[in-house]
Amino acid sequence: MTSRILLDKKIQHLLDEILILDSMVETATLEAVGALKNHDLESARKVRNNDRLINKKRFDLENDIIVTIATVQPIMAGDLRLIASILEVVGELERMGDYAKGIANICLQIGNQPHIKPLIDIPRMAEIAIDMLHRAVGAFIAQDSEAAILIPDDDEKVDALYNQIYRELVAIMLADPTTIDRANLLMWVAHNLERLADRVTNICERTIFVTTGELRELSPSDDEIQTKNE
Amino acid sequence: MHKLIIENLTLRYSDGVEALRDININIPVNKITVMFGPSGGGKSSLLRVINRLNDLTDVDHISGKVLLVDDKEIAKDILDPNLDVINLRRSVGMVFARPVVLPLSIRDNITYGLEMAGEKDKNTLEGTMEISLKQAALWDEVKDRLDEPAIALSGGQQQRLCLARSLALEPELILLDEPTSGLDPISTGFIETTLQELKKKYTIILVPHSVQQAARTADLAAFFLQGDLIEYGHGDELFVNPQDERTANYIEGRFG
Amino acid sequence: MFKVNLSTPQSRLTIQKIGYLSLTLIAILTVVPIIAIVVHIFIQGFSAISWEFLTGFPKDGMRAGGIFPAIVGTFYLTLGTAIFSIPISIGAAVYLSEYASENRWTQIIRIAIINLAGIPSVVYGLFGLGLFVIFLQFGTSILAGCLTLSIMTLPIFISTAEEAMRSVPQSFRVVSISLGASQWQTIRRIVLPQAQPGILTGVILGLERAVGETAPILFTAAAFFLPQLPNSAFDATMALPYHLFVISTQVPGMPVNLQYGTALVLLLFILGMNILATLVRSHARKQRQW
Repeated sequence: MTSRILLDKKIQHLLDEILILDSMVETATLEAVGALKNHDLESARKVRNNDRLINKKRFDLENDIIVTIATVQPIMAGDLRLIASILEVVGELERMGDYAKGIANICLQIGNQPHIKPLIDIPRMAEIAIDMLHRAVGAFIAQDSEAAILIPDDDEKVDALYNQIYRELVAIMLADPTTIDRANLLMWVAHNLERLADRVTNICERTIFVTTGELRELSPSDDEIQTKNE
Repeated sequence: MHKLIIENLTLRYSDGVEALRDININIPVNKITVMFGPSGGGKSSLLRVINRLNDLTDVDHISGKVLLVDDKEIAKDILDPNLDVINLRRSVGMVFARPVVLPLSIRDNITYGLEMAGEKDKNTLEGTMEISLKQAALWDEVKDRLDEPAIALSGGQQQRLCLARSLALEPELILLDEPTSGLDPISTGFIETTLQELKKKYTIILVPHSVQQAARTADLAAFFLQGDLIEYGHGDELFVNPQDERTANYIEGRFG
Repeated sequence: MFKVNLSTPQSRLTIQKIGYLSLTLIAILTVVPIIAIVVHIFIQGFSAISWEFLTGFPKDGMRAGGIFPAIVGTFYLTLGTAIFSIPISIGAAVYLSEYASENRWTQIIRIAIINLAGIPSVVYGLFGLGLFVIFLQFGTSILAGCLTLSIMTLPIFISTAEEAMRSVPQSFRVVSISLGASQWQTIRRIVLPQAQPGILTGVILGLERAVGETAPILFTAAAFFLPQLPNSAFDATMALPYHLFVISTQVPGMPVNLQYGTALVLLLFILGMNILATLVRSHARKQRQW
């Protein structure tokens, strides 16, 4: 069956492209957070503009996938699950790119106003989340389900940091109402990073699906912060 | 309910080739069960056991049970040497890979089985012929030329004729051995669609000529490899997530 | 030997033309003897053909008159041969082709048939004399002649009939069986009707041989002269080949044109059968449904 060789080549190409897209997203996120911390408006603008490139890569990749499905048949079993999952993962990465862009925009919005508190937890969140992302994409490409299962555990750390940031910002807002605007914006940044980490869990679920054929949730996604009433 | 229950079926030809090794499989009624795998897997041999066509070949050893279950849930063992094989072959219809039309008119081809069974009543023959041709989606194309030689039909039409010919005997089970392997895509599609209709009334076992056809048509799918049954499951599951590595490799085109 | 330069396209083309021409000449040469024989006999014997010749009895010690009894005799002998050998041959052919599995017995049978085909016709004649004429006391009779000729033509009939049946595709049989027909039903409804043209052709060609043979009927059936036509199978009869032999060698002062006339009639008989066989074959080919 010569289409096997063809398919292997195409799959390899798609996986290489995922790596590239992933690295674009990782860079964008870290640069955005860095720009925010250092009031580096130039850097922020760069991140915002580069989102264009991330979007283009996403559409190119999706097109490649569609063409692969149309031209190499049959696509079944493991190959089918892999290609369907690549499509999903591409979508997740692109949305993560949008979060980075959002952070860059907030940086520009805050502009040169002094930060209402030194940014320590937010960069920390970014670090953990990007580390999770990096490992998750690595596991996906290597089809390593054992590694993939462990990654969502780190989401707890991200969530813990998010809760902490929330409490601190509320306290600051209550003490000084002039900080509300900036506090809100920083809240939004933390929210983006928390969502990014959640999306990483989706990528891990996809890895499990590709290797075992099971579709299962790896950890409950915390969209909302836990309130006293829950 | 199961139409066919196969237990420990082993078949060996006189040249020593073990075509089937301890096969256990249950074929459900009114479904299309697909038997696929690389050539030499034993699928054709299995089909020929079911209608005892193997009696015409050099079989050295055959053991096990092949139970055909009728509507009243009475089972009879096809391998029983005292079985009325001629009657069996009327209840198990077979369509072969290359369409073989008998050197008779279209009408005589369809009514051949009934005539050989002793049916003489013209009305019954005509009526059954019309119904069978309609079931095989061929009636409209041939109704005005029933007395022409069947050989004048196109390949796709001939194969549908062969299907109608088997249907005329109102079999309990229909076996198809790569029925569309020589046909163009449109005729292939025709036959696959017809099978979906027919399964409401009949039980169908199909050996497909490609993995795609297997995936398209299977309610249940069985993977055969060199005489062994490797995996058997629902089509939706088996083609998306096969349990056995060999099945996955074959489906993904790594061999075969 | 002259050397030919094969290096130029021109010379290769010339070689090809020469080769083609030689082959055409050889082909024509093959046909020449046959045409020569027919033309020769026709020219020499045509003058003898007349209504009287074909329907009258020999007169004046064969030197005049007609050959009607010989024609009738040949006809009876052919008919009798057909009656005896056709059923036996078809039966044997059906057995060999459809029922027998390939084992030592069938091999022995086939060898026997081949050997039968090789026995010289005069030996058949002596055999027929010994068995039918003398031992079974049929005497010199149409019956003895027919039986002898039957045995002689058996190998041809069996071989061609079996061949005709074997050429019917096996797939028809498999399909027929899979539709619930018995083996005999399959033979009756599919194999024999499809083999029929082949069998028929074989029959015509086999009978043709019977028509033309002198030796087998020499001792068993033929009479030099009979004043009237045979009444029963136990009567002897005149026959064309024997008649021709006799008038060409035993009768002094035999008009040459009458000899050739007799030969012409025999030839026309045989040519007629050949044409019939060819027609049957080409008709069957057109009607073939596989």
